[in-house]
Amino acid sequence: MGLELSQVTKIYSGRKPEENVRVLDRIDFQIRKGEFFSIVGPSGCGKTTLLRIIAGLDQASEGKVLLGGSEVTGIDERMGMVFQEYALFPWRTTIQNIEMGLEMMKIPKKERRSAAMEYIRAFGLDGFENRFPKALSGGMKQRVSIARTLIMNPEVVLMDEPFASLDNQTRNDLQNFLIRVWDKRKDTVLFVTHNVDEAVYLSDRIMVLSERPSEILEIFDINLPRPRDRTSRRSNKIRKKVLELLSRKG
Amino acid sequence: MKLETRNSLTWRRFLPIFVLILFWQCLSSLGIIPRFKLPSPVQVFLGLRDLVELGMPPGHPLHYHILHSLYRVFLGYVFAAMLAIPLGIAMGWSEKLRMLLGPIIELLRPIPPLAWIPLSILWFGIGIKSAAFIIFLGVFFPILLNTTGGVLGIDPVLIEAARTLNASDRDIFFKVLIPGAVPSIMTGMRIGVGIGWMTLVAAEFTGVKQGYGLGYMIMTARDIQRPDEIIAGMLVIGVIGLCIDGGLRLLENHLVRWR
Repeated sequence: MGLELSQVTKIYSGRKPEENVRVLDRIDFQIRKGEFFSIVGPSGCGKTTLLRIIAGLDQASEGKVLLGGSEVTGIDERMGMVFQEYALFPWRTTIQNIEMGLEMMKIPKKERRSAAMEYIRAFGLDGFENRFPKALSGGMKQRVSIARTLIMNPEVVLMDEPFASLDNQTRNDLQNFLIRVWDKRKDTVLFVTHNVDEAVYLSDRIMVLSERPSEILEIFDINLPRPRDRTSRRSNKIRKKVLELLSRKG
Repeated sequence: MKLETRNSLTWRRFLPIFVLILFWQCLSSLGIIPRFKLPSPVQVFLGLRDLVELGMPPGHPLHYHILHSLYRVFLGYVFAAMLAIPLGIAMGWSEKLRMLLGPIIELLRPIPPLAWIPLSILWFGIGIKSAAFIIFLGVFFPILLNTTGGVLGIDPVLIEAARTLNASDRDIFFKVLIPGAVPSIMTGMRIGVGIGWMTLVAAEFTGVKQGYGLGYMIMTARDIQRPDEIIAGMLVIGVIGLCIDGGLRLLENHLVRWR
């Protein structure tokens, strides 16, 4: 069972009814279990708002979010979130950050430690487990943040432009890294980005949103074999289609 | 190598003080500064010896004055911190509480702690309680305001991140708000101890029951016209203040080493 959105609408109310801003308009889609699903759209189009509603950090004005058939009403432990600016706790070391969720679940310290160490090794963070975030590079910080989310084994992983503040090289490395991890685990991922190349490189499907009030313009199936070639002709063709759709509407 | 640089740095920091003392001694020895207005460093040193050996008033040696003063500050300080830190965190968290208490605090805060002395004596009598109350007032507000500011300054995304990791309200309080506000709390504690220490000495000018306290000691030295002991007492107050701040700074560096 995957994630299902039904007629999700978000209106920010102004002082008078005519000042209301409609950000999302009747968003309706489903994500299958184990699918890598991306949302792209012009900046300010409400894709982050949509993700926040799904995460339970924001409330829909109308419509509902269903996960495995049951309605999501607030922050749901079946979902995990990776934030753009890492959102690491600066007073916690790498290992303490990764352990945070397990700590909240009252898992004994020894178990937490050994689970976190596995992630530290798998995520190439060896030797940095006792460092504070200030000592880590942007790419490492985001790997810590992803580990902190994945260690909880959420049914859906929400990612809000996770690579947007990284330089190009680091961004490519992390995309490859994320795909390797995902290939092994087959998490259900909902990935928000404004970067079409990234979406085409990573996703099984891409949903394109319009400008505000955002509605779904189209959902593309990316039937490219993995591992993917960023510069292959077929990948360029899809990229072109998505970009054309975005520029026509924006 | 590293130790050596640090040592020479410390020496260099003290150098201006030595130069000042030397300069002052020269002016005194040459008779440019009259000794009844400002005793020379050597005289101050002898005064300090008298404070330690004979005491002021005689039989009341310096270290007892120090202990009594420290105890008063400690008492007021601990009460203030115990109240101000939780209240500050609660005010940073709850806008309602901020609205409710903010104006009252803004009204009380500008009143100098010393202006409370008459009321404090009326309520607690002359003695440790009233002195501790004055210290409390001096320390309470800086810690409260800094703590509230510290909580308000925590990036809201950290609270959201904690929530998506299934943190309860209790977890948010202990694992996000408190550690996130520690740098500001430490700043407040350092400002507070400085103000508390200053307030103490002034509070002791008005009288102490046991006959001990650095402020009381200085006033007694004035009464029998011993400027050398007055200045020695002032320097003792300064050095102790410096040591307390240094200690808190060490604690701060340890607690916020993640910064």
